[in-house]
Amino acid sequence: MAIKAEHINYLYGEGTAFEQYALKDVSFEIQDGEFVGLIGHTGSGKSTLIQHLNGLIQASSGKIYYNGEDIYQDGYDKKGLRSKVGLVFQYPEHQLFEVDVFSDVCFGPRNQGLSKEETEARAREALMLVGLEERFWYQSPFELSGGQKRRAAIAGVLAMRPEVLILDEPTAGLDPRGRDEILDEIAALHGEKGMTIVLVSHSMEDIARYADRILVMNRGEKMFDGTPKEVFGHYKELEKIGLAAPQITYVVHQLQEHGIPIKGDITTVEEARDEILRLLGKGSGKAGSRL
Amino acid sequence: MPGHLLRIAVKQGGLRLWNEIPDCQEGTGVSMGIIKASKLIYEYIRRDEEDQVEEVNRAIDGLDLDIHEGDFVAILGHNGSGKSTFAKQLNGILLPTEGTVWISGMKTDDDSHIWDIRKTAGMVFQNPDNQIIGNVVEEDVGFGPENLGVPTDEIWRRVDESLAAVGMTAYRMKSPNKLSGGQKQRVAIAGVMAMKPKCIILDEPTAMLDPNGRREVIRTVHELNKKEGITVLLITHYMEEVIEADRVIVMDSGRLVMDGTPKEIFSRVTELKGYRLDVPQVTELAYELKQQGAELPDGVLTIQELMECLVPMLQACKEQDG
Amino acid sequence: MMREITLGQYYPVDSVLHRMDPRTKLFGTMIFIISLFFANSLAAYGAATLFLVLVIWMSKVPFGFMIRGLKAVMFLLLISVSFNLFLTPGTEIFRIGFLKMTWEGLQLAGFMALRLVYLVIGSSVMTLTTTPNQLTDGLEKSLGFLKRAGAPVHEVSMMMSIALRFIPILVEETDKIMKAQMARGADFESGNLVQKAKSMVPLLVPLFISAFRRATDLAMAMEARCYHGGEGRSKMKPLHYARRDYIGYLVLLGYLLAVILLRR
Repeated sequence: MAIKAEHINYLYGEGTAFEQYALKDVSFEIQDGEFVGLIGHTGSGKSTLIQHLNGLIQASSGKIYYNGEDIYQDGYDKKGLRSKVGLVFQYPEHQLFEVDVFSDVCFGPRNQGLSKEETEARAREALMLVGLEERFWYQSPFELSGGQKRRAAIAGVLAMRPEVLILDEPTAGLDPRGRDEILDEIAALHGEKGMTIVLVSHSMEDIARYADRILVMNRGEKMFDGTPKEVFGHYKELEKIGLAAPQITYVVHQLQEHGIPIKGDITTVEEARDEILRLLGKGSGKAGSRL
Repeated sequence: MPGHLLRIAVKQGGLRLWNEIPDCQEGTGVSMGIIKASKLIYEYIRRDEEDQVEEVNRAIDGLDLDIHEGDFVAILGHNGSGKSTFAKQLNGILLPTEGTVWISGMKTDDDSHIWDIRKTAGMVFQNPDNQIIGNVVEEDVGFGPENLGVPTDEIWRRVDESLAAVGMTAYRMKSPNKLSGGQKQRVAIAGVMAMKPKCIILDEPTAMLDPNGRREVIRTVHELNKKEGITVLLITHYMEEVIEADRVIVMDSGRLVMDGTPKEIFSRVTELKGYRLDVPQVTELAYELKQQGAELPDGVLTIQELMECLVPMLQACKEQDG
Repeated sequence: MMREITLGQYYPVDSVLHRMDPRTKLFGTMIFIISLFFANSLAAYGAATLFLVLVIWMSKVPFGFMIRGLKAVMFLLLISVSFNLFLTPGTEIFRIGFLKMTWEGLQLAGFMALRLVYLVIGSSVMTLTTTPNQLTDGLEKSLGFLKRAGAPVHEVSMMMSIALRFIPILVEETDKIMKAQMARGADFESGNLVQKAKSMVPLLVPLFISAFRRATDLAMAMEARCYHGGEGRSKMKPLHYARRDYIGYLVLLGYLLAVILLRR
């Protein structure tokens, strides 16, 4: 098990009149190799929560274990933790600062105290992983396009070779293709490198497509925790807290309401297409239909 | 074009009768939309230290466009397609390298009309934080009219009306820093409304917002279009936001590549994907089913539409099976 | 942290003080501060206390809010008090090594502390009851005579107002960038002075870039809303003296006289 959080509480303005729970009794476990989607509207505590996982914020009470070790125990190597649990903030390109992309990506491994060769090897590896072409490596990061800047910034975290990668809305502000490209690369990190991924996103469609499991936060509390199919089954409750299920979920549920015997746990366009084609008796090859 | 000749005549006569031009045109039967661009070209020119041209980047490449008053027009395009550059042409923040842009009949490169153009075509930008000037909501909304030299009583009237129009009256005394992203954008819209524009151009107003904020802003803009008759030009890359537009324009490499109703545009799924764009899930599902031989109409935009076609078909199948 | 500084923060309630002309409040704060430096007797401080209590009560701002600004000057307060306490010659009370505390020192430190606390609270009353825009408007109009001499009074006041709007945003941004760099293993705390200065680069470069980006955006947004300098601008909230302001000036005058008369 990679991360285990036990009864995490976090209070803002502790001891003052403005005391407020940002996180309230949050517990969960994330297993090695999982792809977890974290959803919740703005102010639900999800950003605060992910900053707990790499020790940037310390819980007011509760415990967090990383690979079985209590990260709050005396002498625990917090800096080491931050390189194992990589955190990519929202609009990560706003943290680029070096003269060229390559040096910027080297920043993380250099802080880990690695040799020059090792640092550069890792930077190269990270830049390849995010699919940034070599001709951009020695350009100023400020001359790249939005999507390229974002990749460079993600590479900056990957270069530390984290075991867990947490991304806070990595696709914000990108156009549809840019969004798909970044998400596909994250999926590849998960699939090919076996990296544990926590993806914070507002897009239910994206979460449904990539995550094995979804955590829903609401007002600082964990509201749901389950597979996409389980969680989106609660679409009415999700709506009440200002979230929604993917459009496809609605299509499927409305079809059921009309008495169509369609499976209720469909969350992606492909699944819906195959299922509807099956019902229409037209099944495509992919669906493995009755035809 | 008689209107054009007339304008030249007026200009040479040294008379300042520009505001009357659109009327003249209507009289002569030549209609011109509230926004018109003709053979528009814009180039970003990068120079080195010695002022030598280092790189020329053509962001807009021969664009012709005519937008009618009262329409809700959405401009789609991936990042770098030139759509934001085009937006900045519409109120004289950028001026054409070649070609012409007219706002309500006024040419944007005519200095004497720059303030008239800017108050006719108000602009809302992407980053909600970087366009609010006032430290209190109502003072920010009053900023535009103050710049125009509107008398105090009238400013207050406009601020009241504009805040009401975007539903932010309850927040008028608040600091902008205490608002959500969607609320900040509504304040920015109110700030533009207070200048009494005929047209609002929104340059990716929802790109930095969460889904709730996005819905909030789009709803507000639709209301202004319907109730106040404001012409809206919404620039975005979120497909869900353009479904209710009157007209959708797709830009790519600085050119206008698609132009039609949402239905027409969304029936061309493959073409859209070629322009690095996407379609809503329902549209995609309908399109894919159609590709596999299901008899569905082109350009399905809403769940309801899909249901109307799909339910009878599936029920028929069920009865056959049953 | 910096977010807790109350100076420059407006507290929105409706009170006589809130409605008062910012020029009256500016002038009043100035008089109050001057009076604090005049006052050298218990009676004079009594008058200042009375005046301050009256003003706080009129402002309808909770007292807790008022004294929040003190946190920022606590350090300064402690230093000045201990200096006065131990370094004033006079009748000794007790001594620790070469440091001796004197009666005179105690008195001086007391007055000093009071002066500083009153100064902060006094100016907090102004900033809590006046929006930054009103404040800059007040300054702009009060300094209007300089405009004729060619001083960019409008521009400076506009800059001040914009700075006030963006300070909280940039503070938040600093926090975010710092955390993001810490997530990449940056260390802002340890090391000697040179190392510390070097470690600030990954924080300062993005911060400057962001500030410039915001400035460009804002300039564009202002232009799009027809801003073209102070020329030909009208005011949404023009400044007019009302009866309460004249009364305010009278009270101020009375107060100043009282403090002068009560001097030792």
